[in-house]
Amino acid sequence: MDQDRLALLKRIGEARFTCVELNLYLDTHPDDMAARADFNTYSDKLQTLLDTYTSTYGPLMNFGQCALDTGSYVRSPWPWETV
Amino acid sequence: MWIYEKRLEYPVNITKPDPRMAKLLLAQYGGPDSELGAALRYLTQRYSMPDDRVKAALTDIGTEELAHYEMIGAMIRQCMQGATCAELDQAGLSGYYVIHDHGVFPVDPNGVPFTTAYIACTGDPIADLTEDMAAEQKARATYEHLMNMTGNEQILEPLYFLREREVVHFQRFGECLEIIQGIYNGRSSCSCRNARRRRP
Repeated sequence: MDQDRLALLKRIGEARFTCVELNLYLDTHPDDMAARADFNTYSDKLQTLLDTYTSTYGPLMNFGQCALDTGSYVRSPWPWETV
Repeated sequence: MWIYEKRLEYPVNITKPDPRMAKLLLAQYGGPDSELGAALRYLTQRYSMPDDRVKAALTDIGTEELAHYEMIGAMIRQCMQGATCAELDQAGLSGYYVIHDHGVFPVDPNGVPFTTAYIACTGDPIADLTEDMAAEQKARATYEHLMNMTGNEQILEPLYFLREREVVHFQRFGECLEIIQGIYNGRSSCSCRNARRRRP
């Protein structure tokens, strides 16, 4: 996998992680408006990064989450085989 | 419904075989305090929770545990990849190899297969959430034991991440327990569309 693609995946991982972490917090604090605003910011950022990745390298998610080119989803590297 | 993202939650790049650690990492793949046990425990217990916030936390933490199960699976796979039969034998994995080859099967490091006897679902929110808090601490301790057993930075790095997640999950389950206790003590109301008091 080339360095640009790895770098983009890393940024997706960071944005996704921030969303996961804020999401867990919001599960027990659903009325925390500041956390909700943070979540929306990172969620937008994640969506932008995912769109960039998808248009360049093909879908990262299946089942209709990304514009689908099934062949490239199937043949893109599996996450335990990136070494 | 679940959607798969073809990516690990945190990167795993182990470039040299380490069958000794492959064997020990099985603790978090198929052992009593494994990521598999965690995912099943939370995704099973959520049905009987009386509050929407607690159902949400169990669903989302259970989902994150599945991503951790995948990370540990990737680590075991990469630690075994390229290891010769002699190296597997030396690491105490000859019995594992004869049955599973280089497959990644949920057993503990001693070859004991995963069982749902490792999890509980009493249907009692206080009992279940208290178990969940203990489970996170047991998993944290297991991660620390694993980290004490290796100096391999490529293994330590994802283990640091996974250990930290146990601490965060413990915090969230503590808040869930407070929510339930508040409802039972009449201090707060239940956040639930079908609110039903279960205790006086």
